[in-house]
Amino acid sequence: MSDHLSPLGGTHSARDRRRRTLGAVFALLCGAATLVGVAALAVLLWDLAADGLPSLDGRFLTSFASRVPERAGVKAALVGSVWLLGLTALIAFPVSVAAAIYLEEYARRSWATRLIQLNIANLAGVPSIVYGILGLAVFVRTFGLGRSVISGALTLALLILPVIIMASQEAIRAVPPSIREAAYGLGATRWQVVSMQVLPMAMPGILTGTILALSRAIGETAPLIMVGAVGFIAFTPKGLGDPFTVLPLQIYNWISRPQTEFHALAAAGILVLLVLLLTMNAAAIILRNRYQSYR
Amino acid sequence: MATIYDIDAGGRAPALEARDVSVFYGAKEAVRRVSLVVPANKVVALIGPSGCGKSTLLRCFNRMNDLVVGARVEGEVAFRGKNLYDPDVDPVEVRRRIGMVFQKPNPFPKSIYENTAFGPRINGFEGDLDSLVEESLRRAALWEEVEDRLNESAYSLSGGQQQRLCIARTLAVKPEIVLMDEPASALDPIATQRIEELIYELKKDYTIIIVTHNMQQAARISDFTAFLYMGDLIEYGPTESIFTNPREDRTEAYVTGRFG
Repeated sequence: MSDHLSPLGGTHSARDRRRRTLGAVFALLCGAATLVGVAALAVLLWDLAADGLPSLDGRFLTSFASRVPERAGVKAALVGSVWLLGLTALIAFPVSVAAAIYLEEYARRSWATRLIQLNIANLAGVPSIVYGILGLAVFVRTFGLGRSVISGALTLALLILPVIIMASQEAIRAVPPSIREAAYGLGATRWQVVSMQVLPMAMPGILTGTILALSRAIGETAPLIMVGAVGFIAFTPKGLGDPFTVLPLQIYNWISRPQTEFHALAAAGILVLLVLLLTMNAAAIILRNRYQSYR
Repeated sequence: MATIYDIDAGGRAPALEARDVSVFYGAKEAVRRVSLVVPANKVVALIGPSGCGKSTLLRCFNRMNDLVVGARVEGEVAFRGKNLYDPDVDPVEVRRRIGMVFQKPNPFPKSIYENTAFGPRINGFEGDLDSLVEESLRRAALWEEVEDRLNESAYSLSGGQQQRLCIARTLAVKPEIVLMDEPASALDPIATQRIEELIYELKKDYTIIIVTHNMQQAARISDFTAFLYMGDLIEYGPTESIFTNPREDRTEAYVTGRFG
């Protein structure tokens, strides 16, 4: 090396070339890792579409379950899933957001809040079947709600509560302290700071967390079997106390039958479930964009 | 200790008076028994090296330190014949009457109009909000630049404009005192000059206490200057005498740039 600047370009040392190659290999590996997920989804969709699309028609969506494959439909399960998710969201969302607000904005940092925090994190990892047993013991038996859609919704709400609480806390924590200071500095009360500045700013993150949690809830089967969702049902819920079934249960029911015609129905059922999931995610994105309009 | 009562308030009652104010963060004493008188309709600058307690002291004057976990304030801050730290004083009302502008522009993620209107709204303002917003933006010398884009996001403004919006937002709740915590430190020289001109204008209607680490700025805009060092108020007096004829060696060393 000399004192004067060497010109741009020209030959590169072997070491220089090696680190370039390394960079290219790393980028390639990361790209390949991304493809794993996409490829898996593509194969799944292809396979499902091949099996399920022929059975997926208006009749399928508007018919109840039947012993005859040609007459069997997904109506009870689809309506049951929508009922269950709607109720679960209605119960879990306000409770979780309130808990997150309390923990982030009101609670003093003490051993008690740390203990609560630790418990919430642990609850998020508890297997869903345990929530099912809890739901059976508490909602079905003790509260006497029976094997009903409200028992199922309460159980699922408990299941996703910790997930939404933690996502909401994260979102609330991400609101810059300078925004809180600005609002306090103008003579805002704590309630005004939280409701008018912090919550609107945290809402996109809270909604994302809620949708992710609901996406988990939509696929749950085990806890719902515990609280008594039925596999074969020929009516839709009319009220909170009615029995119900859900899409994953219906799909499981069809797959476990020996006749191959029912397996095609199961594939069609899965497609319906995926469309429902996609619709929910789309709704979340629209809501999120609305809240972010001023950034 | 610096003498504090040689401040000529022009025969008027002082806007604010700190008496033996100490601030603790846990066991650490960040501000030690500071007393000073802030005359009405003057600009008082708090200067000193980083970590000397000037921002902490400023935040005592509108009870912003209440929001810091583990912070404790001792002593009195007299405002309109009342100690701000009396148990029957509501810090929310204190902050409405003693406004604050922060170091970095921190507009809300809302429109320019909504930013300015937020303070009046939360304080139950009844009247012509549109004209209050216009008046506040005019006072902050921002109106001409934003009058035809009031519904655009505050984030579409430049840093200097955002800071003037924050000043407008503070003025909209009609405070009696405006506290400024290094309001120009994140801005370029032109934007800084505009803020300084604005402070000079605002002095007619408000009392201003400003923290700055820029000594030229303190010399240009303030009537009185307090020099703090490691939590102690070393010297307080008319800005001219602090900069040209300081009584304390440490003040002289600092204002002549020998440390800090």
